[in-house]
Amino acid sequence: MSITNKDVLHVAGLARLGLNDEETIAYEKELNDVLDFMEKLNKLDTEGVEPTNHVLDIHNVFRTDIIEASLDVEDVLANAPDRDDDYFKVPSIL
Amino acid sequence: MGRIKEIHKQLLEKDFSAVELTKEYLTKLKVSESKLGTYLSITEDKAIEDALIIDKKIARGEKIGLLAGIPMGIKDNISTKGITTTCGSKILENYQPVYNATVIEKLYNEGGIILGKCNMDEFAMGSSNENSAYKLVRNPWDINRVPGGSSGGSAATVGAEEVIFSLGSDTGGSIRQPAGFCGVAGMKPTYGRVSRYGLIAYASSLDQIGPIAKNVEDCAIVHDAISGYDKMDSTSANLPPTKTLDNINRDIKGLRIGVPKEYFGGDEKVLNVLKKALAKFEEMGAIVEETTLPHTEYALPAYYIIASAEASSNLARFDGVRYGARDFDQKYVTDMMSMTRDEFFGKEVKKRIMIGTYALSAGYYDAYYLKALKVRTLLKADFDLAFKKYDVLITPVAPTLPFKIGENIKDSITMYLGDICTVTINLVGIPGIAIPCGFTDGLPVGMQILGKPFSEELLFNVAHRFESNNDFHLRKPEVK
Repeated sequence: MSITNKDVLHVAGLARLGLNDEETIAYEKELNDVLDFMEKLNKLDTEGVEPTNHVLDIHNVFRTDIIEASLDVEDVLANAPDRDDDYFKVPSIL
Repeated sequence: MGRIKEIHKQLLEKDFSAVELTKEYLTKLKVSESKLGTYLSITEDKAIEDALIIDKKIARGEKIGLLAGIPMGIKDNISTKGITTTCGSKILENYQPVYNATVIEKLYNEGGIILGKCNMDEFAMGSSNENSAYKLVRNPWDINRVPGGSSGGSAATVGAEEVIFSLGSDTGGSIRQPAGFCGVAGMKPTYGRVSRYGLIAYASSLDQIGPIAKNVEDCAIVHDAISGYDKMDSTSANLPPTKTLDNINRDIKGLRIGVPKEYFGGDEKVLNVLKKALAKFEEMGAIVEETTLPHTEYALPAYYIIASAEASSNLARFDGVRYGARDFDQKYVTDMMSMTRDEFFGKEVKKRIMIGTYALSAGYYDAYYLKALKVRTLLKADFDLAFKKYDVLITPVAPTLPFKIGENIKDSITMYLGDICTVTINLVGIPGIAIPCGFTDGLPVGMQILGKPFSEELLFNVAHRFESNNDFHLRKPEVK
């Protein structure tokens, strides 16, 4: 599998990375190098092998449904780049 | 006796006060830091205030913890309330967490004194600390060489004795490799042993916080303090904190040591030091045998797929909305997000986000991510089999000596290959400790001791017995 300039732009769009032309060209080469390196895995037969998502035998950790104190609104907004009253403020969506 | 117990005794006997100790360390740290680049922020005022509280406790005759008054450095991806936490990235340049990581709460409860936040590769992605968005870290044994990464600041600050211990984080070797390069002890605990609550996530199924110290006993004391179940981390193992100090001196006669041959393909100079160390273990009564972990060669590509995939998901949160930097010149929100991320993330971080996004995207998921998860199962089976026969496995920490600054930065694959001895350990979730096992060309060589899940107490014991037979941990670099 080889990555084209179009693939780079598609993936950058999915990842919300506004790459410039220079970066797009550089990443095309670098991603191809790294993916070549990863091709090695195809030498290995993994037919019938179960995937390991997680090494610990822990599943579905629940807590009892009791309301607990959480962060104060002022704390939550303390690092906001922009705010309006108790809201995060962002540029237009449409 | 380690430094922590020694200082504890001196504080109780009033040889000096915690404030005096803190001031002395801050003075030394500032001079040394200017040469080594180990810190992204120094928390002088808070350190002195915290030390004053310890002195008042001592004056009132209150009981103080072993870590009370002990100067420490914290990797800058661990959340510290009210103390800037940048993760080595411009995107979090002015970010001040509003809560403490669980490990920080635990260290504060023990009275530890934070002197500052340690420099690191941006978002913990790197093996040389050259990916810090702020500045390089230099190896205290040779300032033209890298300290390793990504916890380069945390390892170099301990190596240069700017602090007594530090915390790092390890996703693919980020505690062990820099500990090896800087000639200090660093433990990557079993996945789930130490709470990750408040650690800025890189790859969630691999990340672990762990201690770095100049000697094994100090490293063990810190591990005991930070480990244990935490309800705030849903992947935390339901186990009490370790009590390593009780068993740290046990005899290791008859200990079965496996030496996996796949890990011995590196630089001859490194391997020669390792071989001498293994001979020392035999002298001490351990049984040393060659063994095999046959899937080792597949670990690196599997690691870079899994780590990048998880990173691409974890780093989606940095979008300029709730915290961190923002590009204010954009009219629409999606442009704001894309331009913020392009502008404030560094090159390596963007590259891993791209790789991870690609590996998880429609049509490629099975070929890359699922395949890597299956390889992970095979790697785990290799280790399960080896641990049926051996109590511990011993390998080098890295295939080379600390390399020169700039030597590998241009070539990703060469840089990634340097992680060959460490990444598998995160994929299979087991604990591993790095300690110095000798010197060559004036540079330290690190040895890695690996054990079954939750065998940290044994690893500290084995490391401590080895350390008791040499002076590597007592050598001091002359920074010049």
